[in-house]
Amino acid sequence: MKDNRRLDLILAAGIFALIALPWYRVRSGFFSFDWLTDIISSDNLWPGLVQALTGRLQLWPVIILLGATLYLRVTQPPEQRGKALSWIGALGLVWMSIEGLSIGLRGWNWGQLQTMFGDVAGQPAFGAGAVVIGVVFALLIAFGQAERGALKGDAFVIGAITLLVLLVATFVFYPLASMFIGAFQDFDGSFTSEGVLSNIVDPKIWSLSCLIGGNCGVAWRTFFLAICTATGSTLLGLCFALVATRTGFRFKKSLRLLTVLPIITPPFVVGLALTMMLGRSGMVTHWIEALTGWELGRWLYGLTGIWIAQMLSFTPIAFLVLIGVVEGISPSMEEASQTLRSDRWRTFKKVSLPLMAPGLANAFLIGFIESMADFGNPLVLGGSGGVLSTEIFFAVVGAQNDPSRAAVLATVLLIFTLSAFLLQRFWLSGKNFATVTGKGDGGRHAQLPKRVGWPVTAIVIFWGAFTLCVYTMVLFGGFVKLWGLDHTLTFDHYIRAFGITWDGGMNMVGVAWDSFWTTLKIALIAAPLTAAVGLLTAWLIVRQNFPGRSVFEFALMMSFAIPGTVIGISYIMAFNLPPLQMTGTAVILIACFVFRNMPVGVRGGVAAMAQLDASLDEASLTLGASSARTMRKVILPLMKPAILAALVYSFVRAITSISAVIFLVSSKYNMATAYIVGLVENGEYGVAIAYSSVLIFVMIAVIGSFQLLVGERRIRRQASPQFAHDKEKIV
Amino acid sequence: MSNSFHGAVEFRNVRKEFGKFTAIPALSLDIKPGELVTLLGPSGCGKTTTLRMLAGLESPTAGQILIGGQDVTRLPADRRDVSMVFQSYALFPHMTVVQNVAYGLEAGGMTAKKSHAAAEDALALVGLKGLGQRLPAELSGGQQQRVAVARALVLEPQVLLLDEPLSNLDARLRRHVRTEIRELQQRLGFTAVYVTHDQEEALAVSDRIVVMKDGHVEQIGTPRDLYEAPASEFIADFIGEANVVDAQVISVKDDQAEVDLGGVILSLPARDAKIGPVRVSLRANAMRVRQSTENTSGVAGVIATSAYLGDHVEYEIDGPLGRIFAVDDESDTPLPEGTAVRLDLRLRGIALIPAGAK
Repeated sequence: MKDNRRLDLILAAGIFALIALPWYRVRSGFFSFDWLTDIISSDNLWPGLVQALTGRLQLWPVIILLGATLYLRVTQPPEQRGKALSWIGALGLVWMSIEGLSIGLRGWNWGQLQTMFGDVAGQPAFGAGAVVIGVVFALLIAFGQAERGALKGDAFVIGAITLLVLLVATFVFYPLASMFIGAFQDFDGSFTSEGVLSNIVDPKIWSLSCLIGGNCGVAWRTFFLAICTATGSTLLGLCFALVATRTGFRFKKSLRLLTVLPIITPPFVVGLALTMMLGRSGMVTHWIEALTGWELGRWLYGLTGIWIAQMLSFTPIAFLVLIGVVEGISPSMEEASQTLRSDRWRTFKKVSLPLMAPGLANAFLIGFIESMADFGNPLVLGGSGGVLSTEIFFAVVGAQNDPSRAAVLATVLLIFTLSAFLLQRFWLSGKNFATVTGKGDGGRHAQLPKRVGWPVTAIVIFWGAFTLCVYTMVLFGGFVKLWGLDHTLTFDHYIRAFGITWDGGMNMVGVAWDSFWTTLKIALIAAPLTAAVGLLTAWLIVRQNFPGRSVFEFALMMSFAIPGTVIGISYIMAFNLPPLQMTGTAVILIACFVFRNMPVGVRGGVAAMAQLDASLDEASLTLGASSARTMRKVILPLMKPAILAALVYSFVRAITSISAVIFLVSSKYNMATAYIVGLVENGEYGVAIAYSSVLIFVMIAVIGSFQLLVGERRIRRQASPQFAHDKEKIV
Repeated sequence: MSNSFHGAVEFRNVRKEFGKFTAIPALSLDIKPGELVTLLGPSGCGKTTTLRMLAGLESPTAGQILIGGQDVTRLPADRRDVSMVFQSYALFPHMTVVQNVAYGLEAGGMTAKKSHAAAEDALALVGLKGLGQRLPAELSGGQQQRVAVARALVLEPQVLLLDEPLSNLDARLRRHVRTEIRELQQRLGFTAVYVTHDQEEALAVSDRIVVMKDGHVEQIGTPRDLYEAPASEFIADFIGEANVVDAQVISVKDDQAEVDLGGVILSLPARDAKIGPVRVSLRANAMRVRQSTENTSGVAGVIATSAYLGDHVEYEIDGPLGRIFAVDDESDTPLPEGTAVRLDLRLRGIALIPAGAK
């Protein structure tokens, strides 16, 4: 019987983990397999059963629960044991969380427990054995429910849901919770509200005195900046979208290339290039000063500079969202207006623009969230007046070392972005007029009226040229000896970064190789995992009707609005100590990438899945194929383009992101972006720029070969705004 | 497997709720082996939900479903011995026709070679020999439909489920394919459950028809039962758009009732009617429309609208029975509006509707 086979399988895995795998974390890393030689001699490597027998009473419940499962397996038929199995699984998970969280490295984590139960031996973090048992418990819940007939008794579906919930809880909500708790904890772990109170009322965060001429708090500064950036990038994006779709502009096609830029550009590169143009020793600054004799000074460093950099960075994103909106408006609406005695200007004003309004609001909110979450540009251009994301960073890494302050700042930032996200989600949902009906409504989009067309085209040409200059600067800067002082051309920076010597075989002596390969390796591991988790989730959300589905989907999408900096700080706070200790490993980086980029995979998958008729799945099921087989034989082959897109996207994102990564890198696992930021901080602009250009080219190559592989595929008059911004939403 | 239940289907008090909405309050239904039963009803009546519960694509909130005498209520779709022909056909677009048909066999563990041979046989059965290597997109709508049938039949399921299998075909093809399906079913003798909202289709293919409304079974019977003796006004109206009019039962004797219908006295099967007012189902073709101003036999009336439709003329006629819909397939020239007519009633196509039913 199938029901028994799967249960037997996980029971076997559980028992194996209990008697053969180290229960606790192996310091040298589980996959080095060094522990195999020492598992008998070193008591830290003993498996769970031995640990329990040698006095760790907290493991007994685990063993008892597994024993009970074994008993049920032998004595009860599937229909009758289902409920009990689910309970065992749930109890097991709850117990492991409780004992893991309450007993730390040096005994009880909280004083009250010590007074209640007396001393207890400390324990290290969970290791392979514990993790396997945790998964077994989760699957017990799922299989129990399947045997009771929940979700049509489909064990694969319930299992996938349970594991996903467990993973999201562990890697999204547990860190956030740890961060909030961390805000209230002192260094010794005792609770105090002192740090929180002093930070919450700190005028450096909340002061509004800039309205009367002073300096505003960092929260308000960030907020104003985000409003300005969102407004600017939305307007510019609209101009680009209008020119690309409704004018006879000659270079329309190349405008679309612009949309690729933010995907392949590491976030601080724009800021860096701006410095080289407009900074104190910038090229343009020099020209202007030479021509006019004015002293321009440091105007770029601060909110103005960040604002310009962010507009450069995020206009392409707004463009992308708005192309979908502008194209999505049914041409028949505009044609109807024209046949109703309205000229082009009236049609544009009375029909086209109002129809675009929800899309514009959407682009605005996305720009707002992007700006809030941006870390790279403020880091490079912030100078003394930082924004929330950089303040969080300096609160942990700088001389301040004030985790409580970081947590408070992170919470403030989170509240801002989540509010914007909630607005986007609830206020805008259902207000979109631009939809793909699937019915062929023919017709052509009306051209822009002249009085709009000309100024809009002029703006687009100006901004396009500016963007082009900035990127040229990035490429050019890597070949200049010392920016601002000595403009002789040189390959020095490239050699220093990517030098190779040949004495006695190939030696990669360049300083960048190390982080470069680490980055590629981690991105290559993270990408398939991200795609898999994202698409599996998409499939569950679209095709399976389980209780709590909308909550599940909402929680996932919400994790998108969590700024990278907040993720970084929360991961440190959660995974630095038992029960889950991962800082300094590659696992934490991979987990961070997977759960940060997963929502994109989910959205892409949902969009792709929506185009597959649900009856295809059902046909497969009624033909006797299991859910897993259906997934493999029907869904996956049909989703190939979406899978490839998700793969490429998560690969590229893993390479370019910085905000969360910078908290999580270690000397062993350093990532390219974090390394470049280090170079910038040391003033090695040349090498930093050279390294950045190499990254950009690597990513162009990756995306280019992906495009060749999949080919340009356009589905109907697709671009519903939702879909358009699915693929390229970037934080 | 060849017990006497093989192919039998039973619903025992099945209830289905979607959130707060109760789609099916309590459904009990028996389908005999080798029978083609149609679930018929307007959209939203629960017929598709019923079919999907039988397939295992929805699980009932309460009650039991039995296939071949075995309780399958908790069994997932892939482990039920049924297969289904979908409204959209749901052919896998990335597989060839043969791969589509062999898909279910391979899922059951058959080798690729064997399953492909079986698939070719099934394709021959539905008249698609030699088209196996094409992709579904390269076939016409009718051919795709037959692939879908072959794909389901090749598994030799106890029960074949058909969810509006003809709705994506044009009218002419529909008539042809439904005959084919019926013929195949009678030749191979499998049980089939067929969902449709088209009463003509249901009448044409079914052994028995289950008419559903708001999740209830309104009436179960052979096509003739339903047409000639509708159990309720809803059935009378839904099957063949009958006029439902008021009449008076004058006397009842030996299961025959004397009925006053707009002044004409008829003798009809009583169907438990009592003396007094009664509702009568009056088919549109159960009367002959005759131009006449005289007060002779038949029911008087005046033509309100008339429409010429080639082989017949449709009238709406005002008279003592209210406005009546009538079809005249005998005369070529339509009578103009305002013409005074007499309606001569024929006994075929007139039935009392049992009291108590709506």
